Amino acid sequence: MDCYDVAIIGGGVSGAAVARRLSAYKLKTVLLEKEADVSFGVSKANSGIIHGGFHHGKKALKSRLEIKGNLMFDQLQKELHFPFRRNGILVAAFSSEEMRTVEELYQNGLDNGAIGIELCSRSRILSLEPKLNPDVVGGLHAPGGGMIEPYQFVFSLMESALKNGVRLMTDFKVSKAEKRGDCYHMTDATGRTVQAGWVVNAAGLYADEISRIFGAEEYDIIPRKGEEFLLDRNASAFTQRVIFPVPSKVSKGMLVIPTVEGTTMVGPTALIGDDKEDKSTTRGNLEQVFSSARRMIPSVSEKDIITSFAGLRPVLEGNDFYIALSSIAPRLVHVAGIQSPGLTAAPAIGEYVKDLLRKAGLVLEENPEYDPEIQAVPRFRGTEKEELDRLIADNPAYGEVVCRCESISEAEIVTAIRRGHRTLDGIKFYTRARMGRCQGGFCTFRILQILQRETGQSIEDLTKRGNGSYLVSAKVGDMPVEEMV
Amino acid sequence: MKIEKRDVLVIGGGAAGMAAATELKKRGRDVVLVERDHVLGGILNQCIHNGFGLHHFKEELTGPEYAERFADLIHEQHIPTHLGMTITEIDTREAENDQKARHRVYGFSSAQGMVCFDVQAVVLSMGCRERNRGNIGTPGTRPSGVYTAGLAQRLVNVEGYIPGKEVVIVGSGDIGLIMARRMSWVGAKVKAVVEIQPYPAGLTRNIVQCLNDFGIPLYLNHVVSEIRGKDRVEAVEITPRDGSEPFVVDCDTVLLSVGLVPDTEVAKTGGISLNPETGGPLVDYRHETSVPGIFACGNVLHVHDLVDYVTEESIRCAVSVDDFIGEEPAGMQIDIHAGANLKYVVPGRMILQGKNHLYMRSLIVSNHSEIQLTAGERVLFSKKLRHVQPSEMIGIDVPEEILKDIGDGDHLEVHLKEMNHE
Ligand SMILES: Cc1cc2nc3c(=O)[nH]c(=O)nc-3n(C[C@H](O)[C@H](O)[C@H](O)COP(=O)(O)OP(=O)(O)OC[C@H]3O[C@@H](n4cnc5c(N)ncnc54)[C@H](O)[C@@H]3O)c2cc1C
Ligand SMILES: Cc1cc2nc3c(=O)[nH]c(=O)nc-3n(C[C@H](O)[C@H](O)[C@H](O)COP(=O)(O)OP(=O)(O)OC[C@H]3O[C@@H](n4cnc5c(N)ncnc54)[C@H](O)[C@@H]3O)c2cc1C
Repeated sequence: MDCYDVAIIGGGVSGAAVARRLSAYKLKTVLLEKEADVSFGVSKANSGIIHGGFHHGKKALKSRLEIKGNLMFDQLQKELHFPFRRNGILVAAFSSEEMRTVEELYQNGLDNGAIGIELCSRSRILSLEPKLNPDVVGGLHAPGGGMIEPYQFVFSLMESALKNGVRLMTDFKVSKAEKRGDCYHMTDATGRTVQAGWVVNAAGLYADEISRIFGAEEYDIIPRKGEEFLLDRNASAFTQRVIFPVPSKVSKGMLVIPTVEGTTMVGPTALIGDDKEDKSTTRGNLEQVFSSARRMIPSVSEKDIITSFAGLRPVLEGNDFYIALSSIAPRLVHVAGIQSPGLTAAPAIGEYVKDLLRKAGLVLEENPEYDPEIQAVPRFRGTEKEELDRLIADNPAYGEVVCRCESISEAEIVTAIRRGHRTLDGIKFYTRARMGRCQGGFCTFRILQILQRETGQSIEDLTKRGNGSYLVSAKVGDMPVEEMV
Repeated sequence: MKIEKRDVLVIGGGAAGMAAATELKKRGRDVVLVERDHVLGGILNQCIHNGFGLHHFKEELTGPEYAERFADLIHEQHIPTHLGMTITEIDTREAENDQKARHRVYGFSSAQGMVCFDVQAVVLSMGCRERNRGNIGTPGTRPSGVYTAGLAQRLVNVEGYIPGKEVVIVGSGDIGLIMARRMSWVGAKVKAVVEIQPYPAGLTRNIVQCLNDFGIPLYLNHVVSEIRGKDRVEAVEITPRDGSEPFVVDCDTVLLSVGLVPDTEVAKTGGISLNPETGGPLVDYRHETSVPGIFACGNVLHVHDLVDYVTEESIRCAVSVDDFIGEEPAGMQIDIHAGANLKYVVPGRMILQGKNHLYMRSLIVSNHSEIQLTAGERVLFSKKLRHVQPSEMIGIDVPEEILKDIGDGDHLEVHLKEMNHE
């Protein structure tokens, strides 16, 4: 079996950003992901904010990478076409005390070089966001902040990496690693083995476990849970910019977030937990999130909730990123503790890891065939009517609207499947089908039929997100029926 | 771009749209019907149980049989029909201030690309959608195996797949009850039906035939307080609302039967005003919305429990559309408000001279009540009702003449009076 030059463990935003960056060089790279698709870990359940570079001082690595990453998004979007909008961030202060903290944030922003950052008077901030509670006393405006669709960002990074020669292996949970000569032999639960000379540990919540498997540094990743609530596209709470409260020592607080797709999100909470799989939501937190969001934007209403979810931040002691070459296991790089602002920092993490590898001795020779662009997928929603008419003439599947709430055509679903997304959630994250107000009530079965046709799998074998998340138990007639008494 | 010029466009080929289209054709109007699905019938296609048509056809039919009767008529009358076409936008900009203006409505299909309908009138009959987990905010994890009851009904009845083996049903609406029986018939075990209210939401007949006959426990005044499971549902926690201890029921499937809401996305593109109580468009006694020439009937207007009512309402709507095109002047109208114990009344305006028909939803359960129509202190009309409950629509005919001396200054109201407390 061949030995890859580099194996990346974990297909979240960190792993995908590293994979894409390395694909610009003549390297044989493989990415190993335990789930059925990439971006099914922390990178799917978060706020999607491209942070504005004012929350922390320059001392923290995460802060430096945040600023650097932020500036890379315009170019990336040109190449990868993921939904991104630099709509700006506001921090709303409700007392003179809070205003003093805002001034510190402003100073951070200046030191970090956050572009265009400004302090706002009450009337300035209200003119920037008329929906703010009129009790606001002032605040901060960071025009460089923005929003992305996180999973689409990861998918596009991965697609670009694949296009430039990286190999992706899903359902591959690294559970054993052994060093033989210059190669690490990594084995998954089913006995498949992959060999690689260098390893990047970007396993998110499980980076500590991977480190242990490789006999490297001992550390513990602690999950810090964040619950978020998604509101209907028609919710009147939709704001122009992302609205932050004044942060406390431990958290950025609960926000009102206008997503790139025009829905509103409120959250997240920040609760330390001990279970890395516990993504449950609770009633009590809902009330906390809404009362806190309403303090800033009074029109936020629970009535508009269409769904909720929880994500877990992979937190290391000290609260910073830990990106470094292992001093115990040779040629292993840790990309650990990637909590917020991991999304924002990801492009810079890719760059940082590439430099680490080069400094440690990995030979990087430019790949002459490297093409940073991937092909954009036309979307039914948002396309002009006349343009749609032309699209349908070329590809009639654009004329079949499958998901009625989000206006997703069959053509987009087929593209998702052909680009490797073969679970309901994978298709959802790629296309937004089932993400709207009916949450799949109408289109779930249509999508299953298309999946069945495109992949040749039977409906019984299809899943929501891999593993045991099957969708139907049996065909009618195949299940024994108990005699009625 | 293809432009299709007609008198009337009917959007949606369910019970409502088919009834409206056939009635308009009968009256000599040039009507076109658009349906996004590849067959006509809408929600009826998945309701393979009996109980449809008792009022309208005076016989008991299944949902698909009921739909077929109308689909055949559409065919016999040669009503032009576009299947597999989705309407995305109603452009009423030119129509806003002009009763005679025509509307432009855009539809898309694989076969034809974009079609622009240039019409004098539009009938909205797009039906409703189901409320889901997010709408009721059930906490817990997000595993696979949580379905709305209507989706499960479609999986089992149309596609032939059983969603799971051990089922808990949330909500005791009729669709949930019917699915409890259906799931039992195909071999699944229904372990509980959980209803937040102290009384069942569905028809008594369905409680008996769908739960009692199968020994399925109904927990009234209980909520599903948590869904558990990592990949697939593993259990639910059920909490009594009287403060006693929660308990856990193992299951692999949760079906939600927690209400329906009109599907008004397309209506909104036309700038139509909505009624916050029904979730559907506000209409006058002619079923005309706030935009002249745009009418609504069926579940997109307000959610009906009986298809016969949908048909009846849609025919009435078609008659109004016919009058509108024939430039029959609309009579004098007055607003009507829902008062005590009623969630809503549809339509929102009554005609002073002529017959009025009102649909209402009760907020209470009662075996002895009276509907009263009042103008200030004056009771204009009343009718005794034997049994009312929130899940059953109330329909009444208001006799002619009653409003003859009502004028602009009067405040008209209908309310439901509980007679037991007299
Ligand atoms: C609620 C919340 C809100 C947030 N909001 C923001 C925000 O607004 N802006 C921002 O910049 N950041 C935000 N973040 C942070 C951001 O989401 C994370 O920093 C980022 O997604 C981490 O990405 P990752 O690739 O390091 O980890 P992950 O996305 O978790 O990727 C790790 C991958 O490794 C896989 N894996 C694990 N173990 C193994 C194994 N043994 N074998 C193979 N594969 C394995 C996992 O399945 C997973 O896919 C937020 C986080 C949360 C939780
Ligand atoms: C799950 C369920 C079970 C029921 N069971 C019973 C019962 O047992 N007995 C009984 O008497 N009644 C029952 N009813 C009530 C009754 O059958 C329905 O209320 C009635 O059939 C609704 O008819 P409709 O035409 O208003 O809506 P629908 O049947 O929903 O029709 C709407 C149609 O519009 C189409 N459409 C929507 N948007 C667009 C668009 N943008 N472009 C093109 N087409 C569009 C849809 O595809 C659909 O075909 C049930 C209702 C439901 C929802």
